[in-house]
Amino acid sequence: MKLAVNIAGVTFKNPVTTASGTFGSGAEFEEFVDLAALGAVTTKGVASQPWEGNPTPRIAETYGGMLNAVGLQNPGIELFCRRDIPHLKEKGASIIVNVCGHSEKEYLEVVERLSGEPVDLLEINVSCPNVKEGGIAFGQKPEALFHITKAVKEIARQPVVMKLSPNVTDITEMARAAEAGGADALSLINTITGMKIDIHRRQFVLANRTGGLSGPAIRPVAVRMIYQVHKACPLPIIGMGGVMTGEDAIELIMAGASMVAVGTANFHDPCATMKVLQGIETYMKNYHISDINELIGCI
Amino acid sequence: MMTMIKGTAMVLSQKMIADGIYDLVLSFPEAARLAVPGQFVDLYCRSAARLLPRPISICEADAREGSLRLVYRTAGAGTREFSHLKAGDSLEAVGPLGNGFISPEDAPARNTEKVLLIGGGIGIPPLLELARRLPGEKIAVLGYKDALFLKDDFDRLAGRADPALGSLRVAVATEDGHYGCQGTVLDLIREQKLEGEIIYACGPMPMLKAVSAYALDRGIKARISLEERMACGIGACLGCITKVKHKDHHTNVHNRRVCKDGPVFDAGEVDFS
Repeated sequence: MKLAVNIAGVTFKNPVTTASGTFGSGAEFEEFVDLAALGAVTTKGVASQPWEGNPTPRIAETYGGMLNAVGLQNPGIELFCRRDIPHLKEKGASIIVNVCGHSEKEYLEVVERLSGEPVDLLEINVSCPNVKEGGIAFGQKPEALFHITKAVKEIARQPVVMKLSPNVTDITEMARAAEAGGADALSLINTITGMKIDIHRRQFVLANRTGGLSGPAIRPVAVRMIYQVHKACPLPIIGMGGVMTGEDAIELIMAGASMVAVGTANFHDPCATMKVLQGIETYMKNYHISDINELIGCI
Repeated sequence: MMTMIKGTAMVLSQKMIADGIYDLVLSFPEAARLAVPGQFVDLYCRSAARLLPRPISICEADAREGSLRLVYRTAGAGTREFSHLKAGDSLEAVGPLGNGFISPEDAPARNTEKVLLIGGGIGIPPLLELARRLPGEKIAVLGYKDALFLKDDFDRLAGRADPALGSLRVAVATEDGHYGCQGTVLDLIREQKLEGEIIYACGPMPMLKAVSAYALDRGIKARISLEERMACGIGACLGCITKVKHKDHHTNVHNRRVCKDGPVFDAGEVDFS
């Protein structure tokens, strides 16, 4: 059974990675998951400087999902390169680094700093709904996305994955803008902007008022958008959005994803990534699929 | 080395001990052996419609029996689901999590050291195991809104305290004044002139803030257990941070993770502003 997949010239041993922000830098899950057994570890968004993130509460559960407004708290690229990358390499993990910034300059500083690091892919986060400047500002206008993609591509030494926001009218327009800017791959979807009100206290549950909705509640949106982007644009796709099981992952793969990230499921079960991988293998066995690549975009 | 266990815990018993307060005993042997006072376990709901674990503090951990006693308040649909569990039922759990009041490496304090164990409401349960294991001349200062719970357990422990571990006294305050001192735990401390060289506290944020100010004023060391909305429970998602006065070495910012670096912090390091 062949599980290896290829994203922009990089081969991963299987199609399962983690959704950035849900798996820390990998080390936090080591007691539950063999990091080397994953296709790759996608690390939490990292910026040029440390970020304090948003006030608490940052988390709210919703039916079949959750809202978060962490606000991309991160230790900054220097500590990340010194501590987290060597640790992941020592554990034998493939690495996808999620990059965030408030401005083009900040994105480029991180991309530049990573140029000599043993990182397999860069995932550029232009779709976080929880920071006011940067992030989403680049991810909701095709021209802005085109420019940031082009600027990143000019200096990046690793293949560049642009992470798209679902909070747009036409996701294919954004996909084509990233493609025109030179992106090597796309990842989608980031979280969907939502809000929860505590009716007993008559106040917002999240200190940030709005947050990003994730979890199984959003999976049909992910499936639809991956399908649309796959039909509209030839770039490989890392799919994410509410994957809880191997069957869910197969659904995203059939819609067009070459690789699938497990996110919120890690909070429901710290072993979720391994179970998703086993579930994919079980599906392939049951349907006599010898190569996972046969299923990518097969619908 | 494993520090936390993921597994299926079996319900040994459950009863309601006050309005909305439940006393749940689980068989979860590996976790019971590892647990120290102040740590918590994450309990998972059956339905993925409620997908986040519920962090619940450990009230008692019996390594020999392999059991954990959890005393919790129903606060929403998840804890209401747990409140229906009966002996023989099972649920998914991960634990023990967090740092606890005293790490196993800590040298025990003198058994003559004066210790105040201050608990407010649903912050009282983790102090029971602490009262059992911690040496010192201990006073449990328990504050309730109205109905008492676990007071009998503290009284029993006080009645048969191991002399090698010092002594235990119990003092009670209630907001409605139906029992003990009327008012807060700090009203009780002032009224009865209770003194300690070190404070361990768990309770609502306003209480912890007041206890911290009280301790800092007097130059007393205080260890406080914080509560925050959590997602992963294992330090990955950065959902449950507390602001701290100094830059934390792990996060590299003025935040520490309540689930992983806490829930217990030195009062002096927490930035309440």
